[in-house]
Amino acid sequence: MSVNVKDADKFEFNRKNLEWTKTQLAKYPENRKESCVMPFLHRAQEQNNGWVSVPVMEYIADLLEMPYIRVHEVATFYSMYNLKPVGKKVIEVCTTTPCWLRGSDDVVKACKDELGIGFGETTSDGEFTLLEVECAGACVNAPVIAYAEEYYEDLDEDSTRAFIKTLKAGKTPNPGPQNGRFKSCPLGGPTTLKDMAPADAEFGREK
Amino acid sequence: MLSDKDRIFTNLYGFESPFLDAAKKRGDWDGTKDIMARGQDSIIDEMKESGLRGRGGAGFPTGLKWSFMPKESDGRPSYLVVNADEGEPGTCKDREIMRHDPHKLIEGCLIAGFAMRAIAAYIYIRGEFVHEAKVLEQAIEEAYAQGLLGKNACGSGYEFDVYVHRGAGAYICGEETALIESLEGKKGQPRLKPPFPANVGVFGCPTTVNNVESIAVVPTILRRGGAWFAGLGRENNTGTKLFCISGHVNKPCNVEEEMGIPLKELIEKHAGGVRGGWDNLLAIIPGGSSVHLIPKSVCDEVLMDFDSLRAEGTGLGTAAVIVMDKSTDIVRAITRLSAFYKHESCGQCTPCREGTGWMWRVMERLTTGEAEIEEIDTLLEVTKQIEGHTICALGDAAAWPIQGLMRHFRPEVERRILEYKKTHAA
Amino acid sequence: MPTLTIDGIEVEVEPGTTVLQAAEQAGIEIPRFCYHERLSIAGNCRMCLVEVSPGPPKPAASCALPAGDGMEVKTNTEKVKKFREGVMEFLLINHPLDCPVCDQGGECDLQDQSVAYGEGASRYKEKRRIVEEKYMGPLIRTIMTRCIHCTRCVRFADEVAGVPSLGAIGRGENMQITTYKEQAFASELSGNVVDLCPVGALTSKPYTFKARPWELKNTETIDVHDALGSNIRIDSRGRAVMRALPRIHEEVNEEWISDKTRHAVDGLAKNRLDRPYVKKDGKLQQATWAKAFEVIAKKLKGLDGKQIAGIVGDLCDAESMYAMNTLLKSLGGSVECRQDGSKIGAKHRSGYLFNSGVTGIDEADACLLIGSNPRLESPVLNARLRQRWLTRQCKVANVGPEVDITYKIEQLGDSATILQDILDGKNEFAEVLKSAEKPMLILGQGALNRDDSLVILKLAHDIAEKYGLVTDEWNGFNVLHTAASRVAALDMGLVTDAGIEGILSGAESGDIKVVYNLGADEFDTSRLKKAFVIYQGSHGDEGVRHADVVLPGVAYTEKPATYLNTEGRVQTAQRAIFGPGEAREDWTIFRALSEVLGQSLPFDNIAELRASMANDYPQFAIIDQKPNAEWADFGVAGKVSKDGFKLAITDFYGTNPIARSSETMDECRAAMNGTNQSEGATGTDG
Repeated sequence: MSVNVKDADKFEFNRKNLEWTKTQLAKYPENRKESCVMPFLHRAQEQNNGWVSVPVMEYIADLLEMPYIRVHEVATFYSMYNLKPVGKKVIEVCTTTPCWLRGSDDVVKACKDELGIGFGETTSDGEFTLLEVECAGACVNAPVIAYAEEYYEDLDEDSTRAFIKTLKAGKTPNPGPQNGRFKSCPLGGPTTLKDMAPADAEFGREK
Repeated sequence: MLSDKDRIFTNLYGFESPFLDAAKKRGDWDGTKDIMARGQDSIIDEMKESGLRGRGGAGFPTGLKWSFMPKESDGRPSYLVVNADEGEPGTCKDREIMRHDPHKLIEGCLIAGFAMRAIAAYIYIRGEFVHEAKVLEQAIEEAYAQGLLGKNACGSGYEFDVYVHRGAGAYICGEETALIESLEGKKGQPRLKPPFPANVGVFGCPTTVNNVESIAVVPTILRRGGAWFAGLGRENNTGTKLFCISGHVNKPCNVEEEMGIPLKELIEKHAGGVRGGWDNLLAIIPGGSSVHLIPKSVCDEVLMDFDSLRAEGTGLGTAAVIVMDKSTDIVRAITRLSAFYKHESCGQCTPCREGTGWMWRVMERLTTGEAEIEEIDTLLEVTKQIEGHTICALGDAAAWPIQGLMRHFRPEVERRILEYKKTHAA
Repeated sequence: MPTLTIDGIEVEVEPGTTVLQAAEQAGIEIPRFCYHERLSIAGNCRMCLVEVSPGPPKPAASCALPAGDGMEVKTNTEKVKKFREGVMEFLLINHPLDCPVCDQGGECDLQDQSVAYGEGASRYKEKRRIVEEKYMGPLIRTIMTRCIHCTRCVRFADEVAGVPSLGAIGRGENMQITTYKEQAFASELSGNVVDLCPVGALTSKPYTFKARPWELKNTETIDVHDALGSNIRIDSRGRAVMRALPRIHEEVNEEWISDKTRHAVDGLAKNRLDRPYVKKDGKLQQATWAKAFEVIAKKLKGLDGKQIAGIVGDLCDAESMYAMNTLLKSLGGSVECRQDGSKIGAKHRSGYLFNSGVTGIDEADACLLIGSNPRLESPVLNARLRQRWLTRQCKVANVGPEVDITYKIEQLGDSATILQDILDGKNEFAEVLKSAEKPMLILGQGALNRDDSLVILKLAHDIAEKYGLVTDEWNGFNVLHTAASRVAALDMGLVTDAGIEGILSGAESGDIKVVYNLGADEFDTSRLKKAFVIYQGSHGDEGVRHADVVLPGVAYTEKPATYLNTEGRVQTAQRAIFGPGEAREDWTIFRALSEVLGQSLPFDNIAELRASMANDYPQFAIIDQKPNAEWADFGVAGKVSKDGFKLAITDFYGTNPIARSSETMDECRAAMNGTNQSEGATGTDG
């Protein structure tokens, strides 16, 4: 819970991000710039190698003229802000009931096996961090992994292993269903809106 | 079964581009100016006529909600806030609207915002939906570029802005006042009510918070008429609805169907049936994790709408149907939900902060049977000590799955306790 | 006005009253933990749930529910009892059962409520939560496992102290109260969170394991660490003061006290003068009272009155000063109370009082600070001004050094010439004062200790007249004193023509032969070297350095006494304990000495003294009322220097001998210097 206070690395937005902050400030009424705290934390986390450090929080607090403790509260309340360093690739596995019903235990097992780490841990080479997350909101495509701003869906143990191997090979797997189906359309083809489907669409097949 | 011509979300699966050209071909932004020209009161009346009830879970009549907004400003502007913090386990319908049919939502924002005399809409999208947020933002940009938003939106003479605000991982922000707090840059802790958002909402201004689906159906309802929408489904449960069918079905999917479709038909027609056949069904959570589960006997006949499900002691909620076949460890399935609610409790008020952890810990022991039979009743009492006693409904949502479990599967829970005793007697 | 029924009792309340408040009016107590009448409503503990109809079938939190006309509220049903038992059970499942070793024991809301609503045994079989202790500074001990997350402390820091460094981090059952990065809670009012904490999570660090409440004697008295006259309770055991707590006085300190008021009390047991001393062979040596008096009598004999001067210090009570003045006058001498070099005159009461009264702040709609840092000079008064500022109905501007007073004020500049500009309408704030309905100014001691102070006083006077600060119903001309003794002393006219400088230079030149110093330690006493100095006081501080005779007086906790606060409000202090050793109540020392000098004072007990004092100064007999002093002409016309102001207090924790003797105050100074108070954002947002 407590943030690593020894982390003394200075932080400030790079020029591009600083420019971007203006577009965010413009969204909210003039005297309400605290509304930017969440977008700023997101952006700062991105720039700061995937985590929110104390200098990040203080920089944003100063930028938005907020007391430090208010930013600290926000950063610790929301689960997407990482409060300690993470690996270059952060793999988030959903294990909430809809994913669990569809075999998230197997997905977890595959991740732990392939990476050799548990939840909340980072591989010793600093490449991977494995996180357990609550419902990702893609339940009809369960089980789901969130990685690099995309969802990897309809996983099983084998496809999870393949997914990680691809990442290890330095490549980015194609996001979306990993079982050949078309997004959230039923496997094998739609029961509705059939006329809308593109001619070349692939819908996968039941195993 | 609903026919395609009565479907609103014609790009539900993303068969086509989500962006403006394709969207217009699907009928979006057609005559928006004329709709607005009918005037605020007329739009609200039409919405009331449609019978649309909020699609976020609570089912409050949408037109009525809008009518609570002030007609004359006291100097403060009004806001529309769209709740796109979709996170109720089992639910993934708003995601489809935002990534595949964003212009329905954006046009809906303009019309709804106009009807409630708002100056802007904030779409609060859950932080994990990065791709969805990008599509949505791009769509908004297109709309601005074509004069559909901004000053003189759609040539209506009305100025209206739409902004996207990303969340950062907190289920509680789906509660409307927690969402407002979050939008203001604070922790997502629900507010005390009164005052209600229509009086004091975001930035201290009158605010209406609507679900994505509720807003996205607005333009179609106004184009085709409230009577058309009201003609679908049953009285007080009108229109079409996006259903999310997950869990132990052969073909999990999202689908738009008519309100009141029988649960069994929904699953068999669209989701390829229950894994191993209908008779292999154990139980279904019909409206997202927060509602009571129902055993197969109820599933056989029940209709998927607010009132039918309510009559069975459960709810339509977000219409997220979580199917569990007979292989399911039903106690563990519910325990996992208890863990979810414990994780997502904001911590503000006592019963939820302390109770969700307590319930989860007992549930963990009940999954293995390491408990006393009396503890089931204690646990049920604890759920009652939480239910209705908290600032927001998360406490209720945490209590109900356990109540549902005990109501329908208590013998299974007891069996485990006895078995544990037997195997650990030595 | 809404009328509602609570447990069958009909009660009519002001609009905006909550059900909980309405119940109080009806004499029905609803249990609560998070609700506090001086803080915003959080509604989080859920202890105050009641049944309300009409409305949803759910119970309602009475602290947050506005009382509505025709409401029927039930607080005494079986159902409501169940609600409360349920909440209590939740609060207790993770609360340690360490009441026997908890300093809150005996005065703990949770303990009390669990007697009423607790079950005998816990049904909770799971592991209990352990929360790490948090550092919050030298005054607050934390045992966070006991925390029930009511957030009173967080709200106090934000709303009253104006130092928003407390918060609840994390969420759910992992939510924890902490200061940012576990820094000290850098507020002069920090100790109040200990009173606010309904459980033993935040307790007084200096008081840790010192006493149990039921073994303490409680004495209701008055504080002297600043000129506000906060109402306090001294808790003592035997001859030791164990702690100081606030008492409620809505018109003075509400229910807050400063950290100095609360925590300098350990200084009462240190560096005490507990017997007379007489200088012999260049060194102070123990002596009897008789010997000390004999030496004094010998020295005074044959002196002309002009050769005798008295100085009174900041903590003196009216009785001592009255006795001293009566005695010295009988010898032809005079007494000076402005040891800080203040130029303020004693002629016109309205010229030196906080005329609007403390409650006037609640109505003020413009406030001009002149040479004052109210945060350090009277933290509790500053909190009140801040409350007013938060309503956005009162603009505050400052003429003086830029200081962080915990809210955003308009900094007009640090030069006395700005006052002339305001008077001449050349400064924009003139317009603010002019258009305000109840404008006020606060003149700090930093404006009164300069060569041109009488001109500043005149400017302030004229600004007050010109811009409607003084009307038939309103007087917004306010002097904020820092010395508890000052107003009483001015009322008694304890000023000399040449002021303290006259005495000091007189002593240097030899014109003044004897200086009788009653507890004045805030000036350079080395300038008195040539004179014969009698020091009477409670502590061995600056005053004894060049003293020839030392007479042990008592501290404010050790005597019945009268004090007039900065408003001129007369308040009566009580004796909590007896002074150490041979120390005596100060007025009795003058009475005894007068006998030796053959100038017997005409009062034999304190009642007679007070009667005599009231006879000379009738206002001293009007207890606990804000006086209305007649407006007058004061100050001297002239030109002000453009120099900046030198504020009266820079070291809040060391303003008097008691505070300087306090190790706790030393710790506070060290902790606050460690965390730069001005760093980062302060509470500037309403």
